[in-house]
Amino acid sequence: MNQWKNFTKGFIKENPVFVLLLGLCPTLGVTTSAFNGLGMGLATTFVLVCSNLVVALVSKQIPDKVRIPTFIVIIASFVTIVELMMQAYVPALFDSLGLFIPLIVVNCVVLGRAEGFASKQSVTSSIFDGLGMGLGFTFALTILGGIREILGNGSFFDVKLIEGDAIIIFILSPGAFIVLGYLIALMNKMNKKIT
Amino acid sequence: MEYFIIIISAIFVSNIVLNQFLGICPFIGVSGKVSTSIGMSGAVLFVLTIATMVTWLIQIYILIPFGITFLQTIFFILVIAALVQMVELILKKVSPPLYQALGIFLPLITTNCAVLGVAIQAHSKNFNLMESVVFAIASAIGFGLAMVIFAGMREHLDLMKVPAGMKGVPIALVTAGILAMAFMGFSGLV
Repeated sequence: MNQWKNFTKGFIKENPVFVLLLGLCPTLGVTTSAFNGLGMGLATTFVLVCSNLVVALVSKQIPDKVRIPTFIVIIASFVTIVELMMQAYVPALFDSLGLFIPLIVVNCVVLGRAEGFASKQSVTSSIFDGLGMGLGFTFALTILGGIREILGNGSFFDVKLIEGDAIIIFILSPGAFIVLGYLIALMNKMNKKIT
Repeated sequence: MEYFIIIISAIFVSNIVLNQFLGICPFIGVSGKVSTSIGMSGAVLFVLTIATMVTWLIQIYILIPFGITFLQTIFFILVIAALVQMVELILKKVSPPLYQALGIFLPLITTNCAVLGVAIQAHSKNFNLMESVVFAIASAIGFGLAMVIFAGMREHLDLMKVPAGMKGVPIALVTAGILAMAFMGFSGLV
């Protein structure tokens, strides 16, 4: 029951993007299509789960003073793994995400969970927390990417829905800010209704 | 001329915040007041320039000769983290007034993706040392420009009547979207 809670809280109640407002740079930067959002989300999820696991394992041994640098090195190692794997197996996605893959290192979601959750909790809880948070992040990115792709390109996951011209501004940078703004407003409204 | 193009494109055309989405966290987080946003921009200018210079030297003289460029991410983030700490210590000793002004913003900069992003970009664009430094300074000015304009707008927003659900971050994001739209007018300039 408790693990289930650790897993599900990342989706709505503590969604890293819509509620905690963490990791906004990749959220805005890569979501020009639903597929890019999904790819970025899954890459971040992998890093989150692995770094949460390792941090939970070693946190007792790390002196308090060098805690944050150690966490950053652990995270950076996993980001490098993801970077090399994506370059080898999904080069097209790697190219379209570009700069934002190495930038997973400075994604506040990852460091925030390592510091705020994994360093204090048991290994299994940390894995579930990482998985939940990661999938919540993926969920947010896919929705945002999907909306922007439908409005700006008339397609969803590269399947053409609307023929003819679309509202190109939603694919460009202003669209990212505006769509995210309205999504957060919607989320605020929904969360208020639930509680 | 070359430098001029780098400067104009980094400040206006591909503005680091509004066009490339780097450094969004401080952009949204500390842009409540014009005075704090100026302080943050100053700290970013300082760290960004030094970090880009140091990481450029590391890339050319350590990573490439030893053939370990795949460790770029780990090296860069460690250097930036150490550098921020060092800048903080040095400022505290050498210039207490400057430390007073920038102090609280410095720790936040380690996790500012603008710093790492610019350092990596300086390599993917194949800049030499001088160009990288100019690029870093111009990017930081672009960050400051966007930040100060945005803070000014948010100060006005506080006085406006905003629908309940849109209060705070949502309306700020929509405003940022309109600001980004204004900056799109610069595209095609270079």
